[in-house]
Formats: sequence, structure tokens, C-alpha cells
Amino acid sequence: MATQHTTEEVLLDVKGISLSFGGVKALSNISFDVRKGEIRAIIGPNGAGKSSMLNCINGFYHPQEGEITFKGETRKQMQTHKAAEQGIARTFQNIALFSGMSTLDNIMTGRNLKMKANVFWQALHLGPARREEVEHREVAERVIDFLEIEQIRKTPVGRLPYGLQKRVELGRALAAEPDLLLLDEPMAGMNHEEKEDMCRYILDVNDQLGTTIVLIEHDMSVVMDISDRVVVLDYGRMLADGTPDVVRTNQDVINAYLGVTHE
Amino acid sequence: MFYREAGQFKTTYEADQGIFPIIQDRWFIAIMLVISFVVIPYFANEYWFQAVIIPLYIYAIAAIGLNILTGYAGQVSLGTGAFMAIGAYATYKLCTAFPDLNILIVFVMSGLFSAGVGIIFGIPSLRIKGFYLAVATLAAQFFILWLFNKVGWFYNNNPSGTITAPPREVLGIMITGPNALAITRYYVVLSFLVVFALAAKNIVRGRIGRSWMAIRDMDIAAEIIGIEPLKTKLMAFAISSFYCGVAGALYIFCWLGSAETEAFDINLSFLILFMIIVGGLGSIMGSIMGAAFITLLPIFLTNFPPMIGIQIASDLAKHLEEIIFGVLIVFFLIVEPHGLARLWQIVKEKLRQWPFPY
Ligand SMILES: Nc1ncnc2c1ncn2[C@@H]1O[C@H](COP(=O)(O)OP(=O)(O)O)[C@@H](O)[C@H]1O
Ligand SMILES: [Mg+2]
Repeated sequence: MATQHTTEEVLLDVKGISLSFGGVKALSNISFDVRKGEIRAIIGPNGAGKSSMLNCINGFYHPQEGEITFKGETRKQMQTHKAAEQGIARTFQNIALFSGMSTLDNIMTGRNLKMKANVFWQALHLGPARREEVEHREVAERVIDFLEIEQIRKTPVGRLPYGLQKRVELGRALAAEPDLLLLDEPMAGMNHEEKEDMCRYILDVNDQLGTTIVLIEHDMSVVMDISDRVVVLDYGRMLADGTPDVVRTNQDVINAYLGVTHE
Repeated sequence: MFYREAGQFKTTYEADQGIFPIIQDRWFIAIMLVISFVVIPYFANEYWFQAVIIPLYIYAIAAIGLNILTGYAGQVSLGTGAFMAIGAYATYKLCTAFPDLNILIVFVMSGLFSAGVGIIFGIPSLRIKGFYLAVATLAAQFFILWLFNKVGWFYNNNPSGTITAPPREVLGIMITGPNALAITRYYVVLSFLVVFALAAKNIVRGRIGRSWMAIRDMDIAAEIIGIEPLKTKLMAFAISSFYCGVAGALYIFCWLGSAETEAFDINLSFLILFMIIVGGLGSIMGSIMGAAFITLLPIFLTNFPPMIGIQIASDLAKHLEEIIFGVLIVFFLIVEPHGLARLWQIVKEKLRQWPFPY
């Protein structure tokens, strides 16, 4: 079920990335590209370096070697907020919501970068501050509709069940209207039904909004279903890169997975 | 069914984003305003103004300031007293150097001085958090007061070492100095409180408030969304110190009349901190409630037992007061960090459901 939006244009190009923490080599010489409009999966056993890879892409980790080209701009290192300004948004493996805030406020916070009114207008809640608040609220509401979380709009997210928190976190990332969306295990810890819902949202985001997605996922069947191309990592090395069918039959991948799938 | 949202459908986001979206809340605020602008001035005497209500309002402004920093942005500070002192000393210097300057404008300008110093002392917050940041602000507290004591220029080399509010009038009405009426000072302080509380409420419900809370709740995620930690924290330090600075100016110029640095010592910092803990971290209304509670409790303890025929020696009453403070602070820290504001909200939720249990 490959997506129809995939183009030939390369949105993100990762070249020769190596990253180590002290003695631990988390990534060694990783290269792959992501085409505009595709859903790209990164799979691999625990500790393979998948999350570290996403952290490099959005500037949270600074790889010792290699370079990253996003929208034609090449960089070795990057500040996280720059990555956000360039249009990269993400969710986290362990939910990282703003727990004291409501669903709506979390999602509105996703639009922070696009809001500009200064503190004086905000203190008065007039003029540009007021206009801006309404304007961005409309976008936030569209995200809320899209993810079907209208009933929990005003609920503090700390009180929500796990599955809904994951959905709100996706909403917060979507609110930024990113060009590249990084999802770190968006379905981890969910039951079957919740996984299906999440798959549907991810496909809809890609399909209706045209957002390019890089996604980390453990569940092989999910990965095979929704992704266009798959990168396989193992102990920081790149094992394979290709369409789900190619990757599935790769002997290295089978070997690596035989050891860990039933953990 | 006194208090509920039922039937109040918001048809625009603008209405839903109103400062008090529920009609009963609007009534509550309107009633509070009428009480403070009309009823209290009508009934209160000199003692009530001077001993209770004026300090209460000034503490409330400082508490809102500290709550912005600690409750919203999550940065602990024990330097409130010092930032209030900066406001007071800046007012003193400005209004003695430029006697013709409108004193109300001087109050606001002094707040800006305090904001500037707040930014400087906020810089370490990028690197240090929690307990260590508290210690750093404690250093600010001691250093600033030491400086004001040591350098005679700050108190115009006055041999007594005190700063005294000079007589200043606005539109022919005496605002500060020995001849300023209590009721005038009351209206000045009240007006500052109302304007500052509304401005704070507006800021915390908009973009800046959300970025403060984002940094407080999950700084890594905030950064990845594009919120710059240093800028956001410094903004909190600046606005918080601005509020504290103006409160400090009012503290001397509309209340005490004259003071030394001792008036701003660490006890004042703790007093304001207790107010926001009891009132509710992360609530503007809670800051006011906390200030009211902590100002009124001692008065209640001295007056209430005799009214019901119990005589308590005054030193015992003082001890009792401290014990009750201690217990309350532990209670609110452990059981209800959102303080009186949250309890009030629970009451409102219950009223909303009344008379049905759920
Ligand atoms: N901040 C960090 N400090 C030290 N080691 C880290 C850090 N982040 C990741 N690692 C190490 O890098 C390796 C890869 O981790 P990670 O990227 O989280 O793997 P995955 O997401 O594939 O499970 C692990 O050995 C992990 O211990
Ligand atoms: Mg991971």
C-alpha cells in the first residue's frame, strides 16, 4: 500500500553520519535519503540507534561525522529551534507532552513559532495578539478535528490515557504544519485498535496534507503496510535500505531479527 | 446549578478565548471590582487600610510576579525581596533626582530597572535548575541588599541609612509622603493591582504563557518545537522582576513610607513564596488569594478566638500562626500544589454539577 504522493525530489539527505557517546558508537556511517511525500521507516532492534538518528536530523544530537541536507541546505550541526523553523517536527518515544497544559494549549504551543505578536500586545490582548490567537486557534481546531479529539480539548493532558496522549503529541507536531514529520515509535504500547487508528492518521497526514514522514516502528507488519521504503539499523550500522519487499527477504535482516523479535 | 457552562455555547473562538469565558466568572470579577473600588473605601478605616488591605494588594502584585517566574516558567527564585528592593531604591533615586517626574511613571520606570537586573540574574538559569537555581537567586538576594547598604549613593548618603518617600502629587492629589491619605494610596495600589493582574492573565494565556509552561513541563520538547529556552526564561525573569520591582516601589512609597534594606530581607522573599504555594502555583487568581490568606490569617487568629470567648496569650498566638503556616505549606506542597485556586475550582465544579452528585 505505497503512498501516491512520493516524488523523485529528495527532501532530506543523510550522508555518512557517525555519532558516539564516549566509547559507545551509536551510529556509524549511516547514509540514506528521504523523498518528498514518502513514508520512510527506520527499523531495528532496541539500541540500534534509531532514536539517535532522529535526534541528529532535528539537531538535538550533533554527529561527529557526516552531513545532513534538508531542503537543499547542507549542515553538519544544527540548533534544534533552527530545525523547527525549517519545518521539521517530531514526536518522542516516551511521550513528551506539556503535562500541566490542556490538549488545546499543547497543540497551540505547536504553533508558537508562527506567532509573532509582542509582549505589549499580548498583555493587552488586543490588536495583533488577539487576531493571531484566533487565527492560530482555527488551525489548532482543524488538527483537533482531524485527530478526533474534540471531547478532550480542554482536559489537562496529564489526565489522559496513554493512547490519547500519543495522539495529542502527534497533534502538537502537526500544528506546526511541518514539511518533515519524525515519529519515534508512535504505536509503541498501544493495543491493536489504537494501532489501527494511529496507522490511519499517519496515512491520512501523508495523503491529505502531503507531509513527508520518517517513522520508527517495531511492529514489522505495520511497517510493511504503511511505508514506502525502509532503513534497517543494527548496532548503529546500516543493514539494509529498500522497499519493504526487498528488506523482508534480505538475509542480514532476517538474521538480526531472528534473535530479537520474540524478546 | 448556580455555576455552570450549560447553555453558554461559544459561537466564535474569540468568545471562547475571552479572559473569563464563563458568565458566572465575569459576575464574580465584576462583584470583586465593585467591592474593592466602592464598598471597601466606604467602610474601611485608617487601620484597615494601613494594616491590612494596602499591604495585601502590594503583596499580591509581588506574588503575581513570582508566580510568573516560578509557577508558570518553573524557575524557582528566592530573590523576590531583592527585586522589590531594586524597585524601591530606583524610585527613591529617580524621584529625588527628578522631583517633577510624575511619581506613577517613576514607579513603572523603577520596575524596568528591576527587570533589567532580573535578566542578568536570570542568565544562569540556562545552565542550572531547581535547587541550584534557588541558591543562585539567594546569592542575588544577599548581594543586592548588601550593595544597597554599602553604597551610600543609593540612599543619597542619608546618615540614617533609610530611604523615605518624599511628598509627590499627581493632578493635585498627594500620592506619597506623610500627607498622602490612606484612601489615596489605597486607590493607587488597587489600580496597579487590577491593571497588572489583567495584563498577567493576558500574557499567561497567550503565546508567551504557553512557552513558559512548555519550558516548565518539558524543556526538551519545547526546544524541539522551536522555543528558545534562554530567551523564554529571560522573558520570565524580566516580567517577573518588573512586577516585583513595582510592588517594591509601592511597598515603600504607598505603604511603609520609609525603610532600610532590612524591609526587603530574605523573610520577605519567603513570605511571597508562601503566598504562591498556598494560593496556587501557576494561577494569577491564586496569587491574589494566597496574598489575602497569608495577610488575613494572623488578623483572624488574634481576633477570632476572643470573639468566641477563648483568650490566647499574644506570644502563643504568634507561635500558633507559625505552626499553622508550616502545616499549610506542607499540605499544599504535598497534597495540592495548585493551592487555594485549585480548591476554588473544585468548589466551582461541584456547584456546576449541583444538585446532582455527578
Ligand atoms: N544521550 C545519550 N547518552 C549516551 N548514550 C546514548 C544516548 N542516547 C543514546 N545512547 C546510546 O546509543 C545507542 C542507541 O540508542 P537509541 O538511539 O536510543 O536506540 P533505539 O532508539 O534504536 O532503541 C544505545 O546504546 C544508547 O545507550
Ligand atoms: Mg528508540
